[in-house]
Amino acid sequence: MESSSNRLFSARDLIGFAVLIAIIFVVLPIALDGFRLNLFGKYLTYAFVAVGLVLCWGMGGILSLGQGVFFGLGGYCMAMFLKLEASTPENTSIQSTPGIPDFMDWNQLTALPAWWEPFNSLFITLIAVILVPVVFAFIIGVAMFRRRVGGVYFAIITQAFAAILTILIIGQQGFTGGVNGITDLRTLKGWDIRSEEAKEILYFVNGGLLIVCLVIAQYVRKSKLGRLLIAMRDQEDRVRFSGYDVASFKIFIFCLGAAFAAVGGAMFTLQVGFMSPTLVGIVPSIEMVIFCAVGGRLSILGAVYGALLVNWAKTSLSESFPELWLLGLGGLFIAVVMVFPNGLAGVYAEHVEPRLMALLGKSKAAAPDSAANETPAE
Amino acid sequence: MNVHNPNFLLMVEGLTVSFDGFKAVNDLSFYVEPNECRVIIGPNGAGKTTVLDLICGRTKATSGSVNFKGRELLSMREDQIVHAGVGRKFQTPSVYEDLTVFENLELSYPKGHSVFGALTFRRDDKVKTRIKEIAETIFLEDLLNDKAAYLSHGQKQWLEIGMLLIQDPELLMLDEPVAGMSVAERKKTAELLNRIIQDRSVIVIEHDMGFVADIATRVTVLHQGKTLSEGSMERVQNDPKVIEVYLGH
Amino acid sequence: MFSDYTMNELGAIFAMQGFAGLILFSVFVLMALGLAIIFGQMGVINMAHGEFMILGAYVTYLTSNLFADYLPSVFGLYFFVAMILAFIASGALGLFVEWVMIRHLYKRPLDTLLATWGLSLILQQVYRSVFGAREVGVSIPDWMMGSLPMTDMIEVPINGIFVMVLATGISLAVYFMMYRSSWGLQVRAISQNRMMADAVGINTAWTDRLTFGIGCGVAGVAGSAFTMIGSTGPTAGQLYIVDTFLVVVFGGAASLLGTIASAFSISQAQSIMEFFLSGSMAKVLTLLTVVGILMIRPQGLFTLKLRK
Repeated sequence: MESSSNRLFSARDLIGFAVLIAIIFVVLPIALDGFRLNLFGKYLTYAFVAVGLVLCWGMGGILSLGQGVFFGLGGYCMAMFLKLEASTPENTSIQSTPGIPDFMDWNQLTALPAWWEPFNSLFITLIAVILVPVVFAFIIGVAMFRRRVGGVYFAIITQAFAAILTILIIGQQGFTGGVNGITDLRTLKGWDIRSEEAKEILYFVNGGLLIVCLVIAQYVRKSKLGRLLIAMRDQEDRVRFSGYDVASFKIFIFCLGAAFAAVGGAMFTLQVGFMSPTLVGIVPSIEMVIFCAVGGRLSILGAVYGALLVNWAKTSLSESFPELWLLGLGGLFIAVVMVFPNGLAGVYAEHVEPRLMALLGKSKAAAPDSAANETPAE
Repeated sequence: MNVHNPNFLLMVEGLTVSFDGFKAVNDLSFYVEPNECRVIIGPNGAGKTTVLDLICGRTKATSGSVNFKGRELLSMREDQIVHAGVGRKFQTPSVYEDLTVFENLELSYPKGHSVFGALTFRRDDKVKTRIKEIAETIFLEDLLNDKAAYLSHGQKQWLEIGMLLIQDPELLMLDEPVAGMSVAERKKTAELLNRIIQDRSVIVIEHDMGFVADIATRVTVLHQGKTLSEGSMERVQNDPKVIEVYLGH
Repeated sequence: MFSDYTMNELGAIFAMQGFAGLILFSVFVLMALGLAIIFGQMGVINMAHGEFMILGAYVTYLTSNLFADYLPSVFGLYFFVAMILAFIASGALGLFVEWVMIRHLYKRPLDTLLATWGLSLILQQVYRSVFGAREVGVSIPDWMMGSLPMTDMIEVPINGIFVMVLATGISLAVYFMMYRSSWGLQVRAISQNRMMADAVGINTAWTDRLTFGIGCGVAGVAGSAFTMIGSTGPTAGQLYIVDTFLVVVFGGAASLLGTIASAFSISQAQSIMEFFLSGSMAKVLTLLTVVGILMIRPQGLFTLKLRK
């Protein structure tokens, strides 16, 4: 046991990863047409956020209601680059100031603001996609965790940040595109991201990046830092008096979650072709928590299924029965708290896996080595 | 004023903390020698636990000084105080219920305490040997792979003591280590404590007088945040002030 | 930027702006009072707080329609009946929600937050199905229309004054309940030491339910008052939630006086900044300032220093 949980992947983890990889890279591309595949690619961008939330909230007990901020910052950084590339003087010759993004022209701006300039470079943009959200998370983290703000206070303050960023983006439409967001994105270094073929490639890139994030998350989960997070969640004082600087661990995991969310946001922009404040605010941010909760707040793989399932249900239901969707989503929030605190992963571990094992004729003893982690936060 | 005297490991001088005007600890001074076992006794609300909280940084002092091996603890963060060599056990057992006994001890192992260190920490043979060694000391060698949640109250107390031992602190502070234990557990704990206080200084808060007489080098009696009496067990027991406070209540 | 105005005009502008700030202050106080009881005293995060207010608003809307149809002769008085009904409706829903949901989650504050968010979504949908997606407005009684001229340049709307009077009245009522009634004493006892309160014979389970119910009822009254200055839609409650929580947290969660002081400072800051900046920037700056101060002083404006 001591040695097995010290390995990066137990047999059980390996199977889980293999199944997920098969679903993302084989099953979905074969089963779905181009349009649906792109839609699932969009859902998977939320999985990045959900995986980050497993680390922060499920393991560390830090509930952020502002993950949309990081998702949005990553997505906006990407969108700014694409918008600049789309706004060549030729494309925008009918504007009163050609060569700047259309919404700036509509808002009587006559020159590109200085802070937009760096986004002319793809290299800087790619760095900014990660760095801007992480620096922002770092500042919030240092300010809050050093002062030992946690629990519901942290949740409320991060939610306030989601509100602030939304109001700011909508209010400063000359600089941000306002409530419509940054739209009409066309090419990435000349490569048309709107074509069927590009969308398919982006889907696989997205899937690949998600697997990378999952492996990083798995490494963190299996490292001593993962056990420390659980220890901090349950007995913060004891961890502190075992000689750990608790705040630095919280800051780290919060920044890591922000980085994951930012990658998801950037991939969202690339696959969907726009970024808008409606993806940043209070409502989308708290919905991201439900993706994680449905999957199982302690299971990084579960988070991916949670994001897929909830978003798929949202698309199917809100098209045909919009009333049902909101009731269903509301019910889902209550159910994952009161009935299934461990989400899909919990249901799987309790009901499906034992039967599966019995079917395969294996002994039950091989079961969860991660059992140590399977109790809800708080 | 705050010169370190090599005869003392810990020098507490003029320690005061006030909560909205109420002085829970009031101008308290005492000195702990190397390898001494100091027991703090006193009626409820005398400020015993608060004194430990102040030394380990859990509560911020209003004024005064706590000098440990020449370093001022009052300006240090909790984890820095731990690294300076001060270990603290809480009154109610606080262990990580969701982790196994092994993992509980491992997290207290004095290596990999930074973010980077925790990410790259390897569970090598040295770590395993040390954890097994400690587990034997605290009578839990057969339960290493059990979740701490399944331990009895007394076993949790031992586990927490073990988590401190693995850090090998020079000053160990124990808050009522035998409270809530069965007679058998209490006896085993006394034996355990007697063994582990040998090579270090210890500050213990305890009510059980038989137990105190058994382990104490010196006793400090606290009353309303101040020292009422200090000295050997015998001296303190015969101090009329102490008798008045304890019986007068 | 002031050169275009005469001194007189400036004075009038500041007076009007100050008055607008006072109305905003009253609105904040009304929003926050119920939450100050529930979050401040019980530590429960009720994300559906806004929806409890909206319920009060809809009850007021229904009452006004009823009076218009059946009791037109006493229509001017419907609002007072509506307020009582709003308190009862929101309070009853609060009691029910506490019994079904909240009481199982007292030890899991973050989960409470998520569950009550789910509740808020459900309530929104119910409102939409029952009352329609469009915003509804009540007919304001005649005596509440129009403005009172103070000087020839300054005039204040009567409904604004009415909301201010209401806010004062409800604050006083809550104050007396919290600090002068045996229920208030029990609530404060529980918030300080639940085990001890249990041990001395306080029925903590019932007190919790009652507290939650009263907090929701006060929210309902607040919603009722809001119909006097604006219309009501199914999702209107969500707009208030961030402001309301910040007001309560900023004031120092357990302090009623702190809640009122923080409502005052936030509303004044916002309405004064609104004069100089666009509405959205004023809001952003106000929120950022509040969050910034909370980062420096997380315990809020008013707190007791306690022995752990």
